[in-house]
Amino acid sequence: MLRDVDLSGYEKVTAKNIPWEKFITSGHRACQGCAEVLAMGMVMKAAGPETIVCNATGCMEIITSPFPQSAWTVPWLHVAFENAAAVASGVESATRALERKGKLKKRPKIIAFAGDGGTADIGLQALSGALERGHDFVYVCLDNEAYMNTGIQRSSSTPYGAMTTTSPPGKKSIGQRTWKKNMAMIAAAHEIPYVATASPAYHLDLFNKVKKALAVEGPAYLHIFATCPTGWRSDPAKSVELCRLAVQSKVFPLYEVVGGQYIITQKVKKPKPVTDYFKLQRRFRHLTPDAVEYIQSRVDEEYARLEAFEKATAPLEEVAEPPTEG
Amino acid sequence: MSAMQRKKRTEAFLLGNEAVAEGALLAGCTFFAGYPITPSTEIMEVMARRLPHVENGVFLQMEDEIASAGAIIGASLAGRKAMTATSGPGFSLMQEQIGYACMTETPLVIVNVMRGGSSTGLPTSPGQGDVQQARWGAHGDHPIIVFSASDVRECLEMAITAFNYAEKYRTPVILLLDEITAHTREKIEIPRPGEFEVLSRLLPTMPPEWYKPYEETVRGVPPMPPIGTGYRFHVTGLTHDPLGFPTSRPDEVKAVTERMFRKIDRFFHDIQIVDHDLTEDCDTLVIAYGSVARSARLAVRQAREAGVKAGLLSLKTLFPFPRPQVEKLLRTCKLVLVPEMNMGQISREVKRVNSGITTIRTLNRVDGQIITPSQILKEIA
Repeated sequence: MLRDVDLSGYEKVTAKNIPWEKFITSGHRACQGCAEVLAMGMVMKAAGPETIVCNATGCMEIITSPFPQSAWTVPWLHVAFENAAAVASGVESATRALERKGKLKKRPKIIAFAGDGGTADIGLQALSGALERGHDFVYVCLDNEAYMNTGIQRSSSTPYGAMTTTSPPGKKSIGQRTWKKNMAMIAAAHEIPYVATASPAYHLDLFNKVKKALAVEGPAYLHIFATCPTGWRSDPAKSVELCRLAVQSKVFPLYEVVGGQYIITQKVKKPKPVTDYFKLQRRFRHLTPDAVEYIQSRVDEEYARLEAFEKATAPLEEVAEPPTEG
Repeated sequence: MSAMQRKKRTEAFLLGNEAVAEGALLAGCTFFAGYPITPSTEIMEVMARRLPHVENGVFLQMEDEIASAGAIIGASLAGRKAMTATSGPGFSLMQEQIGYACMTETPLVIVNVMRGGSSTGLPTSPGQGDVQQARWGAHGDHPIIVFSASDVRECLEMAITAFNYAEKYRTPVILLLDEITAHTREKIEIPRPGEFEVLSRLLPTMPPEWYKPYEETVRGVPPMPPIGTGYRFHVTGLTHDPLGFPTSRPDEVKAVTERMFRKIDRFFHDIQIVDHDLTEDCDTLVIAYGSVARSARLAVRQAREAGVKAGLLSLKTLFPFPRPQVEKLLRTCKLVLVPEMNMGQISREVKRVNSGITTIRTLNRVDGQIITPSQILKEIA
């Protein structure tokens, strides 16, 4: 396991020094209550102006780019669906070469944005390659749990039981048949310096995670949960509430993996039942009590597993010091 | 929708995409693997709803188009009639597998709903830019069948035809639609089973120990058992001998490559489907396909009213290019117009066939808009 992660460049964000400047300006074309663009805006606030963005095909590309509603104030590349991480690798390597030759005084930060489909399905190969090669960039997966841009089709990040147009519930099917792919842990398995899950409902936590991800040398992966009122059939006014409920019901726990060490950043002391989270969305409306019970037990199990990970990877009390002379 | 209701219903108000799915189901498709992409997603959505109700029906959503093409190859080798649907970017990802399917002679149907532009292009606008890619996209010399459809009824018919030809000739068949055809909603009559031909692949009749997977036959199409039914079936993307094992012996390589071509070449008359519209006495000809053929149909009628002897040859088969039918008309017409929503991909074929016989004029539109009847009329009248 990696242990030593240099976080010296990291400045903690508190309510007092919250970043205000927007790099995704308002007036973009997102649906009402889109938590994905909210999250992306927060990431960019934390990242600051010296950033190059590689954006995979998806809602965020469509809504932020057409003139005159173009929302970006930083250099921005739209790439194909599957290659955000690969293009970011190229950009990173090029800026590194320019720096080496003295043509660039300071390397810009490089952020790749992709949706859950562009990360967990079609983009997984490119992402895995980029993480393995160790490029110094941040990959942000904005997870709204289905292909929303093409009109709500299931992805491997869609939760069990959810209704989408390609997992229609009915006599022959419960909806999505498989459990959500655990992308954050897949990224962590690459033993990269920094992996975290975040939610726009916990903005300070999100800001700090972005700052840490940018501060580390090498690849970092952020998995951000984002409500999609259009696809989840939920009330746009309750998007942030849904993001918060997902954390409070342990459906989407917030944690970070720093050099292999798991740290749960939002401990859920009094968990809410998953039904509280489900009842605000119509995509789970068809679920029977049995199915809900199964989901509840699986959610509890996964959270317990995460706590076990935290315990197992905690630093030992007595760390063997390297031998010193004299 | 219950099976009972479907039996009674003969008319339906369908999108072109939905008609393709409907046609595929009528042709006996029991396996669909796909990946969402505008503007073909409706095909997948209909399959997701309908296939679970079909006996042994399988619907899979894959992680990308490479996997979709892979899954239908596997399903087809296992004896299923399999299909996938995609659009430009996904079609590009499938190319390697299309070559593999040609080499292994695996029947497949791949629907490509063409959108405008290269790369991400114009996801919600029409285009016809993938025509030559459909023919030559996979590397290496390979024969392939490419169909197109111009209206919703044709979408259904050509989906059935695509399956029949894939099975008959053991080859991948590409069905090219454009966004307009795919997203036009029309009332069509759905044929009842028995009203149309459904073909299935030739199964071996010999005992397993006599079976040679890629044996030279009279038609050039060897019988194909589902994998795992007792017949030894060694499938490889490498060039293979009649037994299916990799070979680099020049005589065997030549034989298998030539047979692959011959099985299509010998049946051009069967594969090349065109629609003649007022061409008996025409001296001005429009050659069109896809949604443009519909615009041309009206333009030709209007030209007739204006006193121009116009006719329309609408191509349902794009490749193998229907040379005999085109050539015959080139000899009798003084002007031939090829309107298409690309920079001239079928007009290139027409010019190749023409080689100086008559005047070929092209009408190309690449701004993501439909070619209107009046645009065509202006060129011919």
